[in-house]
Amino acid sequence: MHGIAAGIRSPFIAFAPADHARPAPRLSPINQRRLKVFNANRRGVWSLWIFLILFILTMFAELIANDRPLVVSYKGELLFPVLVAYPETKFGGFLAETIYRDPFISDEINANGWMIWAPIRYSYNTVDESLTGAVPSKPSWLQTPEERCAFYPAGVADPSCNIGNFHWLGTDDQGRDVLARLIYGFRISVLFGLILTVLSSIVGIGAGALQGYLGGWVDLTAQRLIEIWTSVPSLYLLLIISSIIAPSFWVLLGILLLFSWTALVGIVRAEFLRARNFEYVAAARALGVSNFKIMTGHLLPNAMVATLTFMPFILAGSVTTLTALDFLGFGLPVGSPSLGELLSQGKDNLSAWWLGITGFFTVSIILTLLVFIGEAVRDAFDPRKTFAGRQ
Amino acid sequence: MSGPLLQVDDLHVDFATEHGQMHAVRGVSFDIQPGQTVALVGESGSGKSVTALSVLRLLPYPAASHPKGRILFNGVDLLGADGRGIRAVRGNAISMIFQEPMSSLNPLHTVERQVSEALILHRGMRRAAARVRTIELLTEVGIPNPESRLDDFPHQLSGGQRQRVMIAMALANEPQLLIADEPTTALDVTVQAQILELLMSLQKKRGMAILFITHDLQIVRRMAEITHVMTEGKIVESGTTEALFANPQHPYTRKLLAAEPKGDPPSPAADAPVLVSAEKLRVWFPIKRGFLRRIVGHVKAVDDIDITIRRGETLGLVGESGSGKTTLGRALLRLIGSEGRIVYLGKDIEKLSWGAMRPLRKDMQIVFQDPFGSLSPRMSVAEIIAEGLAVHAPQLSPAERDAKVVQALTEVGLDPEARFRYPHEFSGGQRQRVAIARAMVLEPKFVVLDEPTSALDMSVQAQVVDLLRDLQRRHNLTYLFISHDLRVVRALANELMVMRNGKVVEHGPARDIFAAPQSDYTKALMAAAFAVEAAPSPEVAQ
Repeated sequence: MHGIAAGIRSPFIAFAPADHARPAPRLSPINQRRLKVFNANRRGVWSLWIFLILFILTMFAELIANDRPLVVSYKGELLFPVLVAYPETKFGGFLAETIYRDPFISDEINANGWMIWAPIRYSYNTVDESLTGAVPSKPSWLQTPEERCAFYPAGVADPSCNIGNFHWLGTDDQGRDVLARLIYGFRISVLFGLILTVLSSIVGIGAGALQGYLGGWVDLTAQRLIEIWTSVPSLYLLLIISSIIAPSFWVLLGILLLFSWTALVGIVRAEFLRARNFEYVAAARALGVSNFKIMTGHLLPNAMVATLTFMPFILAGSVTTLTALDFLGFGLPVGSPSLGELLSQGKDNLSAWWLGITGFFTVSIILTLLVFIGEAVRDAFDPRKTFAGRQ
Repeated sequence: MSGPLLQVDDLHVDFATEHGQMHAVRGVSFDIQPGQTVALVGESGSGKSVTALSVLRLLPYPAASHPKGRILFNGVDLLGADGRGIRAVRGNAISMIFQEPMSSLNPLHTVERQVSEALILHRGMRRAAARVRTIELLTEVGIPNPESRLDDFPHQLSGGQRQRVMIAMALANEPQLLIADEPTTALDVTVQAQILELLMSLQKKRGMAILFITHDLQIVRRMAEITHVMTEGKIVESGTTEALFANPQHPYTRKLLAAEPKGDPPSPAADAPVLVSAEKLRVWFPIKRGFLRRIVGHVKAVDDIDITIRRGETLGLVGESGSGKTTLGRALLRLIGSEGRIVYLGKDIEKLSWGAMRPLRKDMQIVFQDPFGSLSPRMSVAEIIAEGLAVHAPQLSPAERDAKVVQALTEVGLDPEARFRYPHEFSGGQRQRVAIARAMVLEPKFVVLDEPTSALDMSVQAQVVDLLRDLQRRHNLTYLFISHDLRVVRALANELMVMRNGKVVEHGPARDIFAAPQSDYTKALMAAAFAVEAAPSPEVAQ
């Protein structure tokens, strides 16, 4: 069938639509066509919107789930506890930092003004002192009002036993609100994944570009080194390193970067190897254009197609890696909100089914959204689909 | 059986595109009698290949459709046939050979497997019988020692041999009709002549009909009995080849016939200063074998060549593919490594570093063969042309740079408004003009033209040749014109150099060589190019 393809391509070139005297378009025609293909994939577009909405919402996690009120009016003074840490002395207490959930403080404020809470009155590390039963405790809407309000002196009638103090997804085994931890955990996972993806893409593209463009000994040596490097069992090494160094967010990022940058080297290198023999690259060399300019101006755009196609999948992979490390207890520092830790709690407390189910659904929804977006991006950059309308 | 073998009746072909239906073929009718050779002639985009592919329903359906028309083969409508019916015809009663023999053969199958596939499929032959028949076929298409070639892969064959294998595959089931879609366009002139000769002798022997698709009028004149001229999806003129060439009626036919590159080459003063010269120029590519990659020999692409180009002249460099002419051109511009002395305006440049060469790049430019590959698809025409200006005239303001781009586009005969568009929106000829503008905007002194016309339609070739000559006169340019097409070279070059296997075979004033070629190789080239005749001598490639 090769021959047929070669035979029928040529007659159509002269038919390429050429609308004359058009101003320079904002998007090049090929990108417009890609956007069209992307938009045609409804599943991908929906996934992108859902993911973006979740991402933007969780960026403002402090305004959604917080154990400090958003605005407080106390004795005629307008305070913003969500932004400023006020000492408790301000409200007649003695602690260095105010605990607004303390009935003493909240009564004091309500008596002398008012306060507006976030929809969820817990942060990721807030331990709910009002729980009377055993932790992990059930989602509040599965409890009777009496169970829910057992802690409060006035029982069901107590004004503190309200919807803001609901645990929508229950609590974990330390009495922390699962939904609050989920919101913060989603944010940290996605941010971690994004930063790791961008950094490893930068390193990977740089390395692949140099290998592909220079070729020869540079390429040969670097390829062998990468082969050795990628055959190192990275998960074990990660476990060893993170048991020696106490892993903070950035340390963990650095360790994972050591191994994830190789993902893109292969395709970028292949694109550069292929494209450096194009005649327009030879033409640029004949014009005296410098190597750096040729690489960035002529070759990189070619490699970007493959790179952008891979990125959502790398992002999904990064989220998975972080979750796996957290699950094993070698990830983010103890107490950080993390999806892996939620899963591991679910494993330890099988009777508290809301932990495992929440963790499972969150991780699978994130990964599914990312894969759907990735598929749509891949379609958009697929030359067969991009040019399908023209053949 | 009486009546035509193939009857195409009011054929329409539409393609669904994002801009709506595109009518590629609009009402084509013609007949082919048994044993007849019929040619469809036209330029790219005329619908001739689409017409031919419709016969076997090889178009990309469902994007393609036939709103109207019938194709009757021995009285059976092929357009209405079901999948089984059409497959019984394909490769059996009607065979097809394509333009590009490398991509038409499966690179992972041996010659035997490819040829015998059709035999086993349609004839139900056993392997051993198919093997015998394959050897017979390969002998028939003129492959020497066919037994030893059976286990070869396509990349081990030369271009001409690959096309011969393609023909053997097509002939395997003794077709009544052979559709040849530009079968020689990708081949050297001498090989082209041999393949055409082979097709004619096979046709005579087997009495099969041939539908010949080509843009090359010389081939038509030599091959076809009946010629149909196509443009914009319609047949505009038909007739016996002789009558059509003697007395063309339709203006388009006349334009095609008049499209041969014409005009006289420049005649610079004999004492014009030498612009570029090289002594004992040598480009050898090492052949490495074995585990330690020892160098066991060299491919001598350019082998001790002396060359002198005077200011204002055009040196034509001709030779078949693989003769080293492109390598020589690139070595002179120091785009690839070479040994030997290269002098530009009295200055030795062979030792200059890449950086030290940069100021000289402004003076020495190159235009490439493939106008589709030599322009970056991601840059607008303005960006493509201004790229060199950014290197060599960084002091220019954006407005001045834009003015230069406009001037260059006007000079090559393009609308300056075109500078905001992207290469894919242009035709081949227009793209080649953009490539020329990119070189010209730097106001070079010396331009290497590496087959700038060979990817273009005949009428466009003539226009580009006129443009190049016009630019040369206006700016006193010096050209090194590399081509395998002697007709174009004759219109442009005043000096001629014939290369073969990295060596110069003949060198002298173009007029003298065209009038009386000295070496056998040059004679064979000229016979193949001007009369489409295969040389009897063993001089030329297979």
